[in-house]
Amino acid sequence: MNTAPLLAVDGLGKAFDGLVANRDISFVIHHGEIVGLIGPNGAGKTTLFNCLAGFHTPTTGRIAFEGRDVTGSTPEAAAALGIARTFQIVRVFQSMTALENVMVGAMLRNKRVAEARDRAEEELAFVGLSHRADTPASDLTVSEQKRLEVARALATEPKLILLDEVMAGLNPTEVREASALVHRIHQRGIASIIVEHVMEGIMPIAHRMLVLDYGAKIADGTPAEIAENPAVIAAYLGE
Amino acid sequence: MTADIFIQVLVSGLLIGLIYALVAVGLTLIFGVMDIVNFAHGEFLMLGMYASFWAFALFAIDPIVALPLTALLLFAVGVIVYQTVIRRILKAPMLSQIFATFGLMILLRGLAQFFWKPDHRLIPHSLVSGNIALGPVQFGLPQFVAALGAVGVTGALWMFLHRTRLGTALEATAIDREAATLMGIDGQKMFALAWGIGAACAGLAGGLIATFFPIFPEVGSNFILIAFVVVVLGGFGSVTGAFLAGIIVGLIEVLGGFLIGPEYKTAIVLSLLLVVLLVRPRGLLGKA
Amino acid sequence: MTTGTTLSRKAPISRKAMGTGALLALAAVLPLAITEPSQQNFLILILMGAQMGVAWNIVGGYAGQVSLGHAVFYGIGAYTSTMLLTTLGLTPWIGALAGGLLAALFALAMGWPCFRLKGHYFAMATIAVAEIMQILVTNSDFLEGAVGLYLPMDRGGWGWLIFLSKLPYYYIILGLLVLTVLVSWAIERSHIGYYFRAIKDEPEAARALGVSLTRYKLIALSVSAFLTAMGGSFYAQKEMFIDPGSVFAGTISIKIALIAILGGVGRLTGPVLGAVILITIEEYSRTLFGSTGSGTDMIIYAAMIILVAVFSPSGVLGLLGDLRRHLPGAKPAAVKTEKMEVRP
Repeated sequence: MNTAPLLAVDGLGKAFDGLVANRDISFVIHHGEIVGLIGPNGAGKTTLFNCLAGFHTPTTGRIAFEGRDVTGSTPEAAAALGIARTFQIVRVFQSMTALENVMVGAMLRNKRVAEARDRAEEELAFVGLSHRADTPASDLTVSEQKRLEVARALATEPKLILLDEVMAGLNPTEVREASALVHRIHQRGIASIIVEHVMEGIMPIAHRMLVLDYGAKIADGTPAEIAENPAVIAAYLGE
Repeated sequence: MTADIFIQVLVSGLLIGLIYALVAVGLTLIFGVMDIVNFAHGEFLMLGMYASFWAFALFAIDPIVALPLTALLLFAVGVIVYQTVIRRILKAPMLSQIFATFGLMILLRGLAQFFWKPDHRLIPHSLVSGNIALGPVQFGLPQFVAALGAVGVTGALWMFLHRTRLGTALEATAIDREAATLMGIDGQKMFALAWGIGAACAGLAGGLIATFFPIFPEVGSNFILIAFVVVVLGGFGSVTGAFLAGIIVGLIEVLGGFLIGPEYKTAIVLSLLLVVLLVRPRGLLGKA
Repeated sequence: MTTGTTLSRKAPISRKAMGTGALLALAAVLPLAITEPSQQNFLILILMGAQMGVAWNIVGGYAGQVSLGHAVFYGIGAYTSTMLLTTLGLTPWIGALAGGLLAALFALAMGWPCFRLKGHYFAMATIAVAEIMQILVTNSDFLEGAVGLYLPMDRGGWGWLIFLSKLPYYYIILGLLVLTVLVSWAIERSHIGYYFRAIKDEPEAARALGVSLTRYKLIALSVSAFLTAMGGSFYAQKEMFIDPGSVFAGTISIKIALIAILGGVGRLTGPVLGAVILITIEEYSRTLFGSTGSGTDMIIYAAMIILVAVFSPSGVLGLLGDLRRHLPGAKPAAVKTEKMEVRP
């Protein structure tokens, strides 16, 4: 991984009414990299995601995507640039079928309905939901809805995908499947940042881990380095 | 504009503004507690006016004397509306929520037209009538009493929300519903209470203005719009904000009507809404 | 996808197309059977209501942005074509288009601040805008204020869209309804329709997929405004007289929304059904209780709306669908096809 960084975050901070959620966070993400983002509850992981995906405007600091300053851009602009996301609490389009959900994602790059449908069918197959294509999204299980969100995000042809707790609440078999899915996303050359509490899901596949605690980055290294980092251990024990 | 006229305009604006505040307080309370806008809020005011009218026409009870009854009656209406309709749409899509209270608005107007005729009615001789002159400034006694009543009711509501256990629970639900539920506050009970109090506030406003305002089935339509402007200006869900904004809206209405022309006063107030939305969408005291 | 699924998707189109064709043929010959002018007028009222409802449905149903101030567009349409006719002698063929464009522009201007409000409050803001407009027009000397405008009596025929008999009006409004349905159908099938539904269901998720909420809400409102204004121009041509109370009134806004809500929002045919129900109730209650309005029609449809809101958010059409699903022997597939997208 010695290409120019895909994403460069420099000194990012975010405060809500004086309450600091992120402080002075800096890191880079390379093309195709799988990066785990972990930290105790309330460490500011989702806030960081919201800043990266354009849902929050950072209070301080800079975000550069492929060398371009994207600080404070809108979510739709971020999506157009190639930053896709899923939501911690699933937000599928309830009135649509699974296929139609993914079609909405595909329409970002191709407004023609028939072509978006073909593209959506590919992505549904990629996450293993082809058999549920015509099922109303509201009738899918939560685990299926999470995969649907991944398919929908992938359909926007992102360069970076932000996955927010896609493994939460899954059984061990499903966790292995999810890990495999993340790995296949990597094989397509798409970088991913994964917020996850399920360590056995993320540690084996991540190239690198970022650890947040009280809104600040306390560690950045390989999973093996992180597991032995005293600051990380302290943060988790102190939880 | 001479100083005398200016003071006259200020006083008139303040008097009507306090009534607007009272109507808006109920609307903002319901919205704050459950994120539902009550389109039928103006109709609660209309029912309050008719309650006063019939108390007067049938039993010769003066509107001012009938106020406690009006409040109780409208509290009951609010709770019944909650229990029969609103409770069933709490988790429904937003469209259904809008349609439900919107339908309620039409229903109450229709019922009023059916039973009480579309005529404008007036209460001829109330205990409070005539004008008061304070130096060069003149204003109607009914308007003055109504404004005083509005201050009293809003004040009482504020005390209730901040000084009683039940009120604090209601306020807590308005500020953060999830946190309130975690603290063991019964959401359903709070919702019903909010509807009861919200309707009672609108009903009291109706009872207070019944002494000087014509009573007809569609009388609520003007007040709901102005109350809406007040809620937006005050900040969604903020009772204190609604009180301040009510006064501001009253002043702007009277001042604007005086400077530009009375036929435009409603348009001026409603335009204020668009200005607030463009300049400060969260209102004076609203949460960001 | 297997061919089986593709076939099952194709099947409902032909049935739908046949149904639509039959309905259109029926509508075309209906006034030949019903020749009594007052009854023809009743049919015209239904078609006018349906046209308004289908136009409203684009923004209120598909995009889920409930407007309770659509009279503003209706009024702009009526006044623009009428003013162009009376002052410049311009044919309403052009006047109606101009009215539509003006209404669409107005929609863009009002949507900009109002779409900052979510859901319930957006609906309130639209009432406020319509109310402001009614006050301004009522007090405008240029537009003859509360007195209103009369269309010139000395012209007639297809060039001026002024007729003595009801029949031509029937076919004009039928044509306008077909146009409105076609626009809405085209939107439903295109990416715009998908985006509207996405915005209605989960606006934040839609944004994350690159959908600009403001842009698409503005598209929905302006297209809807354009078509509503055309309906307003038609009203002016048919009545030959307009005033603020007849085209800008809050009751018009309410009626437009009610028609769509009653029939079923977000469905192509919902508002048409809604218009049949609502106009019929309205006319019957008028003949029974007198024209001043004893409020019975309002009571009936308000009760229906509350029932629809509480029990079936998808309107009477949804209610029928639910019934069909629960009928013994009903094929579940027949219900499901309604949800499916037609495929070219």
